[in-house]
Amino acid sequence: MFTRKHILMLPTLAILTAGCDSDNGALLGTAQEVQYQVTITNLTAGQPLSPAAIVVHRNGWRAFALGETASVALEKLAESGDNSDFISAAGADLDVVATSSGHDVIAPGASEQIVASGRASSTSGLQLSWASMPVNTNDGLAAINGIDIGGLAVGQSATHLAISYDAGTEANTESADTVPGPAASGLAEGFNPVRNDVRNAVYIHPGVVTQADGLSTSTLGESHRWDNPIARIVIQRLQ
Amino acid sequence: MKRAVLTLAIAAAPLLSQATEFDVEIHNPTRGLYFTPLLVAAHPEDVSLFETGNAASSELQAMAEGGNLTGLVNLLNAAGATIDENPAAGLLAPGQSATATLNTNNAVANTRLTVVAMLLPTNDGFLALSGLDIPTEPGTYTYHLNAYDAGTEANDEVRGSGEPGQPGIPVPPPLDPILGSNGTGVENSAEGYVHIHRGNLGDTTPDGGASDIVSTLHRWLNPVATVTVTVK
Repeated sequence: MFTRKHILMLPTLAILTAGCDSDNGALLGTAQEVQYQVTITNLTAGQPLSPAAIVVHRNGWRAFALGETASVALEKLAESGDNSDFISAAGADLDVVATSSGHDVIAPGASEQIVASGRASSTSGLQLSWASMPVNTNDGLAAINGIDIGGLAVGQSATHLAISYDAGTEANTESADTVPGPAASGLAEGFNPVRNDVRNAVYIHPGVVTQADGLSTSTLGESHRWDNPIARIVIQRLQ
Repeated sequence: MKRAVLTLAIAAAPLLSQATEFDVEIHNPTRGLYFTPLLVAAHPEDVSLFETGNAASSELQAMAEGGNLTGLVNLLNAAGATIDENPAAGLLAPGQSATATLNTNNAVANTRLTVVAMLLPTNDGFLALSGLDIPTEPGTYTYHLNAYDAGTEANDEVRGSGEPGQPGIPVPPPLDPILGSNGTGVENSAEGYVHIHRGNLGDTTPDGGASDIVSTLHRWLNPVATVTVTVK
């Protein structure tokens, strides 16, 4: 979708530049490959992180905003761990420079390196966002939301500590039929379009109560609790 | 050499164009906590409302146990602070935001920003941004705030009073139908010093149990608030 849009736009721009030698043409001509390597380390004891969604973007795009309603694509990622709709929706946005998906679940204590590449006329103002689901939750998100990467020179890296959010789209029952991760039955439904959390807006995750701490409907044990930061993210500019 | 540069910078400071007007947006990103009226103040560098590890002042105690800002406002006024009191016009509900606008045009010494409010339901929990060096470059800056415990009241987690020195949690109207009742009490001694709050325990028993706090609604993980400073 993203690629097709650009192919369609190219002839128009080419005609314009031929006609008036505009600055737009010069900018397009200098667009070059940018490449970032993102290393994600899961800092929890018992929350595998679903395959990562990485988005390199300008400030016209956002994964989510605190206090505002989650998109359906983000809801799907947060409730089921499936990042495909989230990545394709991001990829279709003209403020998105690159998207990339992790290959697998990142186990507690494990790391994964993911490379995101795209073309940009300038790295000034570029941001990077990441989201995964801590899968032993109802609708949790481990994320960084629009970290500035515009100042990174090639070869340079920056480290960020990520916190956890709640998509605000599903009640935090912690029950076996709603938690998709391995702590539950494995038969949980995952995504469901019903929005029945305390409010339909993204907030900072309060953590899980667990059966060990008196929530009788919970399928979770004490080791599924976590604290912030939930993950460490190292972003290195490769190109 | 280093000292010379520092002296020059200080001497030149009043002549530089300083950020004199800025917005401070406070967002409540928690699942179910309410913030009591917010105190937002720009003040001189040598002012601080509390020190972690030390006993709370009586003024901080009144804010942390009952949301009463009078004592802290008097302290800050005496120090020449620029204050915006209660920008949310009451409680700041979960998911909501409020914006304070401060102008330090006539108070160039007020280079530090402090934001405090009590967290409900807690016994003596409060959010704090303490003495942030206010950026002078125009732009938007976001900060994550932690929850502190004033250490002045036992975290019994049961309904009670907002008066300093009186046990229990004050219960304003929005929390009244949500909190449990008749809890037997979680903890019976105060810690004695300001520290990072350990969080609420709560329980799932509406009538009875140890706590009147609801574990599925009123726990949190830090940060407990976000503050966005916009320098114009």
